[in-house]
Amino acid sequence: MTAMELKKENKRPLKRRLGNLAVHLFLALLAFIWVMPIVWIVLTSFRAEPGSYVSTFFPKGYTLNNYIKLFTDRAVLNFPKMFKNTLIIAIFTCMISTFFVLSVSYSLSRMRFSFRKPYMNLAMILGLFPGFMAMVAQYYILKAMGLSEGAMIRYALIIVYSAGTGLGFQIAKGFFDTIPKSIDEAAIIDGATQWQVFTKITMPLSKPIIIYTVLTSFIAPWVDFIFAKVICRANGDQFTVAIGLWNMLQKEYINQWYTCFAAGAVVISVPIALLFLYMQRFYVEGMSGAVKG
Amino acid sequence: MAAEINRKNTVAAAVLKGDLWTRLSMIFMGAGLFGHKQKIKGIIVFVIELAFIFFMAGTGISRLAEFPGLGSVESGEVFNEAKGIFEYTKGDNSVLILLYGVVTCFVIAAFIVLWVLQMEKSYALQKDIENGEHVPTFVEDVRSLADGNLHITLMTLPCLGILVFNIVPLAFMICMAFTTYSKEGNHLILFDWNGLTQFFRVLNMNGNIGKQFWSVLSWTVIWAIFATFLNYILGMILAMIINRKDTKGKGFWRFCFVLSIAVPQFVSLMIMNIMLQPYGAVNVILQNAGLIKSPIPFWTNATLARITIIVINLWVGIPYTMLQVTGILQNIPEELYEAARMDGAGPATIFFKITLPYMLFVTTPYLITSFVGNINNFNVIYLLSGGGPTYVGDTAGQTDLLVTWLYKLTIDQQYYNIGAVIGILTFVVLTIVTLITYRNSSSYKNEEAFM
Repeated sequence: MTAMELKKENKRPLKRRLGNLAVHLFLALLAFIWVMPIVWIVLTSFRAEPGSYVSTFFPKGYTLNNYIKLFTDRAVLNFPKMFKNTLIIAIFTCMISTFFVLSVSYSLSRMRFSFRKPYMNLAMILGLFPGFMAMVAQYYILKAMGLSEGAMIRYALIIVYSAGTGLGFQIAKGFFDTIPKSIDEAAIIDGATQWQVFTKITMPLSKPIIIYTVLTSFIAPWVDFIFAKVICRANGDQFTVAIGLWNMLQKEYINQWYTCFAAGAVVISVPIALLFLYMQRFYVEGMSGAVKG
Repeated sequence: MAAEINRKNTVAAAVLKGDLWTRLSMIFMGAGLFGHKQKIKGIIVFVIELAFIFFMAGTGISRLAEFPGLGSVESGEVFNEAKGIFEYTKGDNSVLILLYGVVTCFVIAAFIVLWVLQMEKSYALQKDIENGEHVPTFVEDVRSLADGNLHITLMTLPCLGILVFNIVPLAFMICMAFTTYSKEGNHLILFDWNGLTQFFRVLNMNGNIGKQFWSVLSWTVIWAIFATFLNYILGMILAMIINRKDTKGKGFWRFCFVLSIAVPQFVSLMIMNIMLQPYGAVNVILQNAGLIKSPIPFWTNATLARITIIVINLWVGIPYTMLQVTGILQNIPEELYEAARMDGAGPATIFFKITLPYMLFVTTPYLITSFVGNINNFNVIYLLSGGGPTYVGDTAGQTDLLVTWLYKLTIDQQYYNIGAVIGILTFVVLTIVTLITYRNSSSYKNEEAFM
């Protein structure tokens, strides 16, 4: 702080304090706006009266029945089954796409080969097409492979979620770029192969980005519902959680299922929110690393 | 070493100056490898050639032959007098013919690439032997997959995934734009090539589809500009307010905003949609409080729906910007601010003359990505308004973006050809915007401004 500023502060302490108060009040108001919908959904999940139309912000009665119904009523919308489907898909997607993302970003960051630049340009061009423009075609390809019916839908979804992940290398590559190359060079002089550098040197140093990649690819199947909807179509026993929640808000279900939807939303959001809050710093680091180039 | 030689030696040189083995590999692929001390590799390449010929003779040729006509045999019923029943004859399915045709084209392209590569490699090996250089054995080649050629090991599977599930489907969809594949005129099973007809139809301002296209396009651009820049500026201001020296409890404020990102987007958007329905929580509570007499038509009035979407998108997007710019804001050299204050600049001047230019300079790539993301922002529109309100006779609603319209046209309406045209035009718009912004951005023109 400069001497001039100090002088100013002494001169007008009241105005400054008032200004400070105003800023904090403003922040509180904004925070209220941002948190309110989340509070609302948590309250709704414990609400005793059914239906989506309410007249008060706070429920008239509280109950745990919404959660109980969500996990026990298997007749109409089988939430436990959807949960299991999504979990299986998420685990496999997570393994495959983590491998894809880390392999591609390591290669692009550390190796020099003739199709490196073309690959990065291609990834940029493909990124400009609407994500699901190819969805209809993907569905036909999966159908031609015999993966569009019954239990095979699960494999189809795993493939759809993980096949293209090699295009999302930017953040992980940005991270690998920050690891000094001299470490690799030292190891290679000592006789290590590139594979050993990759597995024994780079990977142990890249814990944050591995965690980030694992978590983002694990979360993807839980929050996507466009691909799942197109590929599952009417196969109710293959639905994922996202389609289930979406269905609960459709006209035919909303009256009975609205509070259960809230309960389901809380059940899904809590773990994802915890994962996100945990990986938030990797996210910021990855972003600022990537932006700085 | 080999890679460097490869690039200098074109196929022409291999044909003109190659020895017997190299020239032989024009027809018998792999011969040049076989004759130049790489026997196993040569055999593998030759087996691939045989497999290709087998594939082409078996199904490839017939698929390719059907490709220009896309099939013409209708499925039908024929009365079999001997058995006294109707028998169904299997007709052509144009979608499958198109798909297999595209796949066959990719197989042929891959084969040509392999042919060129093996010609170049044969010639390179021939040169190596002439110069008395060491030719790697098969075992050495395999070992190099874990060392110098690790990228091949690591990237083969991801590239295969991208090829089969991104590039081939995309080529397939692009082909669809030039056909009559649509529910209109009952062309769902049998359809034909149709040239640029659908493009003219979509771009023609006087037609029904064309009118909708231009109105959807202009709303898409308006939306993307508002969504990107409002989020950017307001998110930055929020980050600056929280970062101020005198703000207490920085961690707490940040947590409040980050919490809204942590909740899955589709969940919070669906909640917003329900809350703003005519009999949803917001309207009911406002009515009970006596503030409004009749429900506010958040989703049924076109202008109001557009404004609502932009405002809700602020709720979704501002925390993201805040999170991403916080670190960069702290990197702005403090001397710049001090110098400005010395010269008597106010907070607004400082923001517009120092903070904003600096941020724009550093984050232009991020801005471009988020602009592209917003043009293709399916979730916000589809889950909030569903594209509505939709006027009678239209396929596109008043808040539909090109992507959501594309989705409706293909999945709901089955107008596949128009959907594909929209997809291609979206791509064209995005490419133009991206290139122009990038070329005119200060980080491209003047790389060292803040260094």
